[in-house]
Amino acid sequence: MATLWFMIVAVMVAMYVLLDGFDIGAGAVHLFIARNDDERCTVLRAIGPVWDGNEVWLLAAGGTLYFAFPLLYASSFSGFYLPLMMVLWLLMLRGIGIEFRTHIGDKLWKGFFDAIFGLSSILLAIFFGAALGNVVRGVPLNADGYFFEPLWTNWRVGEQNGILDWYTVICGVVALVTLVVHGSLYLAIKTEGNLNLRARKVASTFWPVQVLLTIFSLIATVYVVPHVLDNYSKWPIGYLVPAIVIASLAYLYFAHSRKNEKGAFLASCAYIVGMLVGAAFALYPNVLPASTDANYSLTIYNTATGSHGMGVGFVWWTLAMIIAIGYFVFIYRMFRGKVTLEDGGGHGY
Amino acid sequence: MDSALLIHRLHFAFTVTYHYLFPQLTMGLAPLIVILKTLALKTNDERYDKAARFWAKIFGINFVIGVVTGIPMEFQFGTNWSHFSRFAGGVIGQTLAMEGCFAFFLESTFLGLFLYGDKRLTRGQHWFAALMVFLGSWLSGYFIVATDAWMQNPVGYERGAGGSLQLTSFWQLVLNPWAMLQYAHNMSGAVVTGAFVMAAVGAFYLLSQKHVEQGRIFVRLGVIAALVFSVLQLFPTGDWAGRMLAQKQPVTLAAMEALWETQPGAPLVILGQPNVAEQKIDNPIVVPKMLSFLTWRSWNADVQGLNHVPKEDWPDNIPLLYYAYHIMVGLGTIFIAVSAIAAFLLWRNQLYSARWMLWILLLLAPFPYIANTAGWMTAEIGRQPWLVYGLLRTVDGYSKLVSAGNAWFSFLGFMGMYTILSMLFLFLVAREIEHGPEPTDGPLLERIQIPVEVR
Repeated sequence: MATLWFMIVAVMVAMYVLLDGFDIGAGAVHLFIARNDDERCTVLRAIGPVWDGNEVWLLAAGGTLYFAFPLLYASSFSGFYLPLMMVLWLLMLRGIGIEFRTHIGDKLWKGFFDAIFGLSSILLAIFFGAALGNVVRGVPLNADGYFFEPLWTNWRVGEQNGILDWYTVICGVVALVTLVVHGSLYLAIKTEGNLNLRARKVASTFWPVQVLLTIFSLIATVYVVPHVLDNYSKWPIGYLVPAIVIASLAYLYFAHSRKNEKGAFLASCAYIVGMLVGAAFALYPNVLPASTDANYSLTIYNTATGSHGMGVGFVWWTLAMIIAIGYFVFIYRMFRGKVTLEDGGGHGY
Repeated sequence: MDSALLIHRLHFAFTVTYHYLFPQLTMGLAPLIVILKTLALKTNDERYDKAARFWAKIFGINFVIGVVTGIPMEFQFGTNWSHFSRFAGGVIGQTLAMEGCFAFFLESTFLGLFLYGDKRLTRGQHWFAALMVFLGSWLSGYFIVATDAWMQNPVGYERGAGGSLQLTSFWQLVLNPWAMLQYAHNMSGAVVTGAFVMAAVGAFYLLSQKHVEQGRIFVRLGVIAALVFSVLQLFPTGDWAGRMLAQKQPVTLAAMEALWETQPGAPLVILGQPNVAEQKIDNPIVVPKMLSFLTWRSWNADVQGLNHVPKEDWPDNIPLLYYAYHIMVGLGTIFIAVSAIAAFLLWRNQLYSARWMLWILLLLAPFPYIANTAGWMTAEIGRQPWLVYGLLRTVDGYSKLVSAGNAWFSFLGFMGMYTILSMLFLFLVAREIEHGPEPTDGPLLERIQIPVEVR
């Protein structure tokens, strides 16, 4: 049962990264590719009706983590106190950046909120990547299952780690580049004309960077956490995951160069899912490894709640997901196709 | 008091109090907007559609701030109250996760349709979107109230390995009697806010002779809803709450009323300042035997006083609790009186020209916020010194490894952030009110824009 909930939480996190990832990515590039007011409006309309729903996956994943693995939630949220607070502020800024921009037609007002939206998106991508890096690398847990990480210590990977060291910074950059490509490919699907050309160009430019960084980060991971490969040797089927990552990167290039916009975006989705599943597979059954003493590591077994809670949780979770997927299919179909400024009709952005 | 504990408490109190200023209007306006949309469908009168559209704009701005200030709440259980989360997460995580999985998905989907789908949807579909936004926001309210109610009256749990709690009965958690009662009281309080805000905007338009026709609709709907829900606040929901407290948290009730000694025929304190050191009330104005009657329906019943339990089990801030409770009740009484008089004037067809009453309605707008906030303070300060009533003390619940310095850092950060949000909110809402609903008389007037000089 604990394993099932581990998978469920992983799926929900992956959904969050896939969905909110493209609007964060779109925010990260929009200052550079949308050069006038019309184009920026188009970007906002491309994500406007869906970004809030995408972000709900973060809350839903957080809530699920809370009741299924209370100790993991308690330990990681208090241990990552400082970066989480900053993430909260960035999420707030990003929300008002998107929603309040169009309330006033003034150029200065709009420019201010465009900048907020862009900057908060870029920083969020880096923070999320660094967070994942921290989980893979391990944190200085004590015997009670708690820790507190300062933002940085000596930038090295050791026992008393900071949130930022050379390894987690690399993870942050990988996340930023990944979401830049992901967001650009989404914008390419949703737009036409110059905006479409520039979005596609960003994706082309960053694809080689993404490939190099992926290889580099995987090597760095094996160097920093050598036992990361244990599960792969135990269950060799796991090697399918890196194969999917490589294949999706290759297909991304192939589809992109053939102007298959949807194919390229789906490839990017597969890449993200592959990277996340690869990390989760390597961690299992750990959920937060200790850099201090392997015995202090948090696992799905020592953090999980009782079986009754997991059982009823599974019943309502299944129901809720069927309904939620219904909403998402509905709303994405309703707002499908390219966004243009003319068809606005009462649209607020 | 350990200073880190104090900062963690202030941190949560500040962020949750600020947050709840917004959902109470969201949840209060949502049913009123549904009523306006329903009237529009039934009467085919476009004024109601325009009224609904105007309030949807206010609702939208309010909703955004509600969402962005709500996300930190879910995080703070873990960041600032990790021992509590570890202890109780297996139970209350259920309701919090359900809020995300059921209510937020529902709300975010239909809000997009409601705010931006005006021209893509048929009128019936748009009415349905409004209804679903209402249901989503009220559903989300239930899950949050159920979470708090469990902390007030823990049910359906057992102690698992390592001392933390595990769920044993899902239905006991979801159908906690405390939750249903608190929910009724809380939601009715939210509608009181929505109704008085609507009436105040209407009164503003009538007093300043702008958008007069819409102003009348707002005042009429606002006053009627305010009367109905202000009365519901007192009876039956407020009455239930008092009697539930007498049974399950008698210490809380005693501290709210500053009743030091257990006594038969206990009086109800209307005014006066609690003096904790000397255990008396300064300058008291009381109604003899009333508290006994209200709690036990008998003039001479025993009501438990604070002396019944040791001091370490007393709520740790009795004066603040006493004032929060008395402010809530006092304002609630004023709301009933004002809305009753206004409703009487409405019935006699005199309200729209009774400028003195319109002024009162206009100036009353901030007070439901104060009453709702004071109500929540009563519930949460009254639960002290417990975080989970009878099971976990507040002093044992916070994140021991997050130092006072780090908590101050984020506390100050939130204060700064919320100052900016407040300014943006007030500015944008004031603009919408200034701009007003679309005119209905004759052809649509072109809005005249005052040209901005470019320097």
